[in-house]
Amino acid sequence: MAHSKTSEPTRRDFLYIATGSVAAVGAAAAVWPLIDQMNPDASVLALSSIEIDLSPIAVGQAVTAKWRGKPIFIRRRTEEEIKAAADTPLEDLPDPEPDSARVKKAEWLVMIGICTHLGCVPKGQGIGDARGDWNGWFCPCHGSHYDTSGRIRKGPAPRNLVVPDYAFVEDTTVKIG
Amino acid sequence: MSGPSTYQPQSGFAKWMERRLPVLGLMHSSFVVFPNPRNLNYWWTFGGILAIFLVIQLVTGIVLAMHYTPHVDFAFNSVEHIMRNVNYGWMLRYLHANGASMFFLAVYIHIFRGLYYGSYKEPREILWILGMIIFLLMMATAFMGYVLPWGQMSFWAATVITNLFTAIPLVGESVTQWLWGGFAVDNPTLNRFYSLHYLLPFAIAGVVMLHIWALHVVGSNNPTGISVKSSQDTLPFHPYFTMKDGFAAVLFLILFAALVFYAPNFLVEPVNYIPANPLQTPPHIVPEWYFLPFYAILRAIPDKLGGVIAMFASIFVLFILPWLDTSKVRSAKYRPLYRQFFWVLVVVCLILGYLGAKPAEGGYIIAARIFTAYYFLHFLVILPVLGLVEKPKERPPSISEAVLAKTKSKGGDAQASAAAQ
Repeated sequence: MAHSKTSEPTRRDFLYIATGSVAAVGAAAAVWPLIDQMNPDASVLALSSIEIDLSPIAVGQAVTAKWRGKPIFIRRRTEEEIKAAADTPLEDLPDPEPDSARVKKAEWLVMIGICTHLGCVPKGQGIGDARGDWNGWFCPCHGSHYDTSGRIRKGPAPRNLVVPDYAFVEDTTVKIG
Repeated sequence: MSGPSTYQPQSGFAKWMERRLPVLGLMHSSFVVFPNPRNLNYWWTFGGILAIFLVIQLVTGIVLAMHYTPHVDFAFNSVEHIMRNVNYGWMLRYLHANGASMFFLAVYIHIFRGLYYGSYKEPREILWILGMIIFLLMMATAFMGYVLPWGQMSFWAATVITNLFTAIPLVGESVTQWLWGGFAVDNPTLNRFYSLHYLLPFAIAGVVMLHIWALHVVGSNNPTGISVKSSQDTLPFHPYFTMKDGFAAVLFLILFAALVFYAPNFLVEPVNYIPANPLQTPPHIVPEWYFLPFYAILRAIPDKLGGVIAMFASIFVLFILPWLDTSKVRSAKYRPLYRQFFWVLVVVCLILGYLGAKPAEGGYIIAARIFTAYYFLHFLVILPVLGLVEKPKERPPSISEAVLAKTKSKGGDAQASAAAQ
């Protein structure tokens, strides 16, 4: 919108661009609440931590808790399971992570029970469930196998089962979130 | 919606109206005198059938919304309430659920008709792309509608499909949480899916208007693929094509009624009659039949991001189809090689659909990889090359001559057989 024949910008050019810029910023500012309203709301964020009593769980047993709408897998691992997880060479893993980095106490494995492929809940918590080729968990949706440390070994899932933020508040009580 | 405007308002009201808003003239030129190629066959009736099904889905959907509750604690029960307590609720719900299947059946026939007769070629590229946008909107609408009853398959379909977005590098996780409104599929997700499921059909209706507008600018393609050259080649829309479309629609609606009244759950996964349980995934997750070929493509690729890209690419490739097909000849009738590859593609799509319903293991995965590769090969290699190497058959000079040649040969045969007797 050059109104003058000289190459010098005029006051009108400046006002034109300035008006357009204000309108663009204003439109973006007006759209943001419409987008942000879809993000997790305050009530969802408030449910951010739970405490679980571990005392009734025997060695070799697993329980599933619910946290933020997701299943939490807790397994009290046997000696063989801990050994199998610890002895796995890192180069055998698609997503290399030592077992020691995935647990706070070797006996207790705490993970979010959601397959990192497309979000199904893997089998392996119940008695008699298919546990996959590495005796950990097996996702029936698209065939991912996880080992006794919840690490991906075979199948389309790209990453290990996620370990949430958690802490032992007492010897047998764990706080997740 | 252009066309010859020969409308002469008769009544006083029509004359008064026409001077102010010429909507009667628009209807008249679009759906009464509009010139269609005279040789359209029954494959051309599916546009009208699709319009009917859009209306059926809108009407049944709006009344179902009067009885449905979009809340995780009440959704499943409110659907059962519709089935058991609401007057004719069972019928309305079965019409809506099976109507979606019939809608997709009709749209797939409509798309494959376009592929066979080259309806996407110059000057119908925009018409074709608008159709593809409608197809995408239909898929989004059907997916969100399937989530609303909040059964096991609803919940896990929602989980698996929204998790596709976690494959996006860097922002995948936040985008997915934004879609969910939480850390998993939950009440906020159900609520927004309901809102969008109500909205999108009206967006479809809007794009359908553009689709018809674009159609009426360039006119319908026809089985010969030859452009209309004179008024000899056409017939007015009414009564010739209103009758033909109407007859085909009645046949299609009989099939619909057979499904609704005699086998209403034929296409439904029984596990969806179990209420959603976020802690337990059903052993075998399958989408509705109309998504199966795309699901097979998703699972065929061993990499998560790769699978998601391949699935979206399988639809995107249809958008650029007008520029992938290098042949100037529209109709497969005059393309001896393309005609064979077309039927191979149809079979490949059906096999992909079959594989999508099977568990993702062993031989099924290998087969899905082979047929996925062929699907892309067809569009990205075979079509561009075919246009350069294929020698098309001789085409008749005009539609009317093609029609006359056909009736002449038929008449000749009749005379010959009469003489023999």
